[in-house]
Amino acid sequence: MYDIKALYEAESVPHAIQLLLEHPEAQIIAGGSDVLVQIREGKRAGKELVSIYGLDELRGVTLEEDGTLRIGSLTSFSHITRDPLIQRYINVLGQAVDQVGGPQIRNIGTIGGNTCNGVTSADSASTLFAWDAVIELTGPDGVRRVPIEAFYIKAGQVDLRPGELQTGILIPKAAYEGYQGHYIKYAMRNAMDIATTGCSVNVRLSADRQTMEDVRIAYGVAGPIPMRARTAEGAAKGQPTTRQAVRSFARTVLEDVNPRDSWRAAKDFRQHLAVTLAERALTESILLAGGVIHE
Amino acid sequence: MYVGKKVTRVDAYDKVMGRTKYTDDLCDKGAYVARILHATIANGLVTSIDVSQAEQIPGVVKVFTCFDVKEKHYFATAGHPWSTDEEHQDVADRLVLTQRVRFYGDDIAAVVAENEVAADQALRAIRVEYEEYPFVLDVQEAMKEGAPQLHEDYPHNILKHTSIRKGSYEEAIQEPGLIKVEGWYETPAVQHCHIENFICYAEMVGERIKVVTSTQIPHIVRRVVGQALGLPWGSIQVIKPYIGGGFGNKQDVLYEPLCAWLCVQLGGHLVKLDIPREDTFVSTRVRHAIRNHIVSWVRPDGTFAARKLESFSDQGAYASHGHSIVAKGMGAFPQLYPCDNVECDAYTVFTNKSVAGAMRGYGIPQAMWAVECHTEEVAARLGMDPIEFRRKNLMPVGYVDPFSKNELYSDTFNQCIDKGIEATDYLRKYEAYQHQTGDVRRGIGMAVFWYNTAVWPISLETSSCRMVLNQDGSIQVQLGETEIGQGADTAYAQMAADVVGIPMDMVHVVSCQDTDVTPFGTGAYASRQTYTAGFSIRQTGQLLKERILSYAQELTRMPPYNLDLVEGKIVRITDGRELMTLGELATQALYSLTHSQHITAESTAQIKSNAYSFGCTFAEVEVDIPMCKVKLLDVVNVHDAGSIINPALAEAQVHGGMSMGIGFGLSEKMLFDPKSGRVLNNNLLDYKLSTFMDHPRLRAFFVENPEPTSAFGTKALGEPPTCSVAPAIRNAVYQATGVFVNEAPVNPHNLFRRFTEEGLIEKEAPGHV
Repeated sequence: MYDIKALYEAESVPHAIQLLLEHPEAQIIAGGSDVLVQIREGKRAGKELVSIYGLDELRGVTLEEDGTLRIGSLTSFSHITRDPLIQRYINVLGQAVDQVGGPQIRNIGTIGGNTCNGVTSADSASTLFAWDAVIELTGPDGVRRVPIEAFYIKAGQVDLRPGELQTGILIPKAAYEGYQGHYIKYAMRNAMDIATTGCSVNVRLSADRQTMEDVRIAYGVAGPIPMRARTAEGAAKGQPTTRQAVRSFARTVLEDVNPRDSWRAAKDFRQHLAVTLAERALTESILLAGGVIHE
Repeated sequence: MYVGKKVTRVDAYDKVMGRTKYTDDLCDKGAYVARILHATIANGLVTSIDVSQAEQIPGVVKVFTCFDVKEKHYFATAGHPWSTDEEHQDVADRLVLTQRVRFYGDDIAAVVAENEVAADQALRAIRVEYEEYPFVLDVQEAMKEGAPQLHEDYPHNILKHTSIRKGSYEEAIQEPGLIKVEGWYETPAVQHCHIENFICYAEMVGERIKVVTSTQIPHIVRRVVGQALGLPWGSIQVIKPYIGGGFGNKQDVLYEPLCAWLCVQLGGHLVKLDIPREDTFVSTRVRHAIRNHIVSWVRPDGTFAARKLESFSDQGAYASHGHSIVAKGMGAFPQLYPCDNVECDAYTVFTNKSVAGAMRGYGIPQAMWAVECHTEEVAARLGMDPIEFRRKNLMPVGYVDPFSKNELYSDTFNQCIDKGIEATDYLRKYEAYQHQTGDVRRGIGMAVFWYNTAVWPISLETSSCRMVLNQDGSIQVQLGETEIGQGADTAYAQMAADVVGIPMDMVHVVSCQDTDVTPFGTGAYASRQTYTAGFSIRQTGQLLKERILSYAQELTRMPPYNLDLVEGKIVRITDGRELMTLGELATQALYSLTHSQHITAESTAQIKSNAYSFGCTFAEVEVDIPMCKVKLLDVVNVHDAGSIINPALAEAQVHGGMSMGIGFGLSEKMLFDPKSGRVLNNNLLDYKLSTFMDHPRLRAFFVENPEPTSAFGTKALGEPPTCSVAPAIRNAVYQATGVFVNEAPVNPHNLFRRFTEEGLIEKEAPGHV
């Protein structure tokens, strides 16, 4: 039995906006895999909820005319993993969200909820950061598009204004065309766990596949919100696909990441992981892009 | 014959089809719901509790606090048989609600409401004020002069200290040429994580209190509820339906006294107490964290000259099962690897932490972690093969323990080790995995374990059984030994069918224990169910059969010694002719106009024996050094549990125990905040219970040496499977990496620390290479 004051079910996006404006204290609920847990813990007990779970128009992955990949915010993790467009253009996202919780959570959990929750450990977030995702928000004043790095404000807080809901996640064509990527979730068990550190890397190689033309790397749990390691990215650009260059790139992430010392993992261990995961994820990305690592 | 066959569980269909009723299924929906308010300090005194806001919340019936407990009936919670000798009784240190707080999570008040939401709202609205005392979390810190004291009668927080002395350690270590191997080995507090949290409900029926509870020990619960409420034991009725696991946590009287007390306060109204998972971690029971110090003095030929063990067992805040746990582990030490000169000291010490109680293995998983980690180190120091070193020193055939009179009748250890070697291709792999380099390495290792079956001669061992013949020739069987998921009812049905001589489907084991009607029994604990119940089933079954054949004499005019009961038929032995079915006899017996008889048998078996139950684990791992991760590739348990009653159930039992051992070895640990004493990871996300995805295919093998003391040749298999898994994994990690991890679990945190210390991982420094 959950302590819920009232539940309002939205029938359309405009209706959801109207309900949110009518009930400014209300919390949006989608799949419920985070919100219901928080209610049970007492953190959101006794609150009003606006459910957007019935809005099928927010489900599914499509390719827009300009080549932008559009992921409806209510698309479940398991649907993303099995989506042919995802598999074709940004397979790593499907692999990343396939590591969330267990099968039941992946069937109920949505990518919109995963990002709006604002937590650093979200399995989708580091990959979306790495692929320059854009968040689409719809509210009383229309549609806003915000780069995902700007969407995350601080731990547990995202740029969601009164009456707004997240309606889509967009991956621009320029961000994915020619890139291959790999995500490593580092957790204490192989299922039903949150990331100790998550690392998502992608790379675009030169035509001869000898040089890294572009490298993007993002982390979960390396700071209070998901983050890019820009210094390391800069250092890797234009480098040959050698073991030494990959190692150098990996070491450089320590100039960017700022993991916390906590009972979940010590700071020095997380720093060690940041380096190890960067090396392995970049290596795997280069191999996926058809390159080889020169010793 | 059914014993020894893979017959289907008697409860399989009901469980698979969801027809089985558990405590919550049985509780009337009109029950009040109770929730417990737990202390948020680790040590101190409750000075006031303000319930005024909480009692205003709609749906709240009443809030009871520690100040409402006027009659102070202190009670002991351990699920041990009552000792009529006061000296041997468990420590009575609990009240249903306490003003004196001894751990973060102690029970200080309870809300009773019409529903869970109101109860939870009320919990959040209660205001508590405390007088805080300093607290102590470390077992050895707690023993120091000046440490905060938890209980007045136990100076230095020592609940109990016992010793073993054999030969002379001090003299023996003077022998020239000895090699000294010394180490500290530590295991953490872990939790049972049974699927069904603790739950019970209570209501008054007339002047008596009926308690339905998820317990392993209904007859003990009856006694303790009586003691805790100051009521005659017979005025309490305890009913135990099917339970969703216990693993020893429910071998403690947890919250039945509180629930019954709340029920009485409310004039007998039905009250349900369903403990959330978070509270199950903190406020029920945990496995004792034990820190062991072992010193071995070894001759270069690989024999022990002298050995010393010091064990520090972390009891947490209340006595519960107390010293029994570490005492069992200490008792195993001089037996497993016998040595002429041994010195052992075990201390059980109170700390301001969650209360430790019984958990599968009862001190032996902790002891085997220490002993088998140490054994591996001794072999390594001597440059001896770890298995050859063990074979040379393990308890030999014919060994008799002078205290328990347990005898090792077979060459169990060598037989189990041989089987493990064959099953894992150990010799080839051990050779192949020596001297590896690189980031990812493999290793194979093993560990043995010591166990015994029941608790004789430390405690009472008894089992009572009742069999009642129905009109159709089927029988009911009732026992005080409980089904807790392990398959006891099925084993009992197999045994009863064989002894009485009827088909198994004519045996109805009454699964539910009701202390008003079930024969007395102390319940499911140790690994005694099949062993102890076997005696009373055999004895009672024979009695029933005698009575049946005696009645058959009246009907057939054949002397009873010329008759037998075979698969439900009265057979004349002399010519093998079937004279009648048992159903025909039973119908006659109950409806006869000349001599009607209710044919029944009931008896108590005195069990003044115990049985060793030994075996080993082999584990193969792949260690990713930079990732600080262990992948378990293969794990094999080999057991000599005597004659196996049901091979399918035995295998399942071993699998479950191995799974528990994998978590103990690789991931599980309760974390206590050093600043507050609060448990940090009291949920199934942060507490790393190993999942299906962390398991390789579990494999179980058996060496069947029939146990001569046993009614069916069988001995312990409930707890043994969990005893040697963790050190086997640790020893495999050692073979792969050359690094000893002495603190369980072998999780990434510990591996990072150890790999860094041993130079396998370089400390990262920011900057370019």
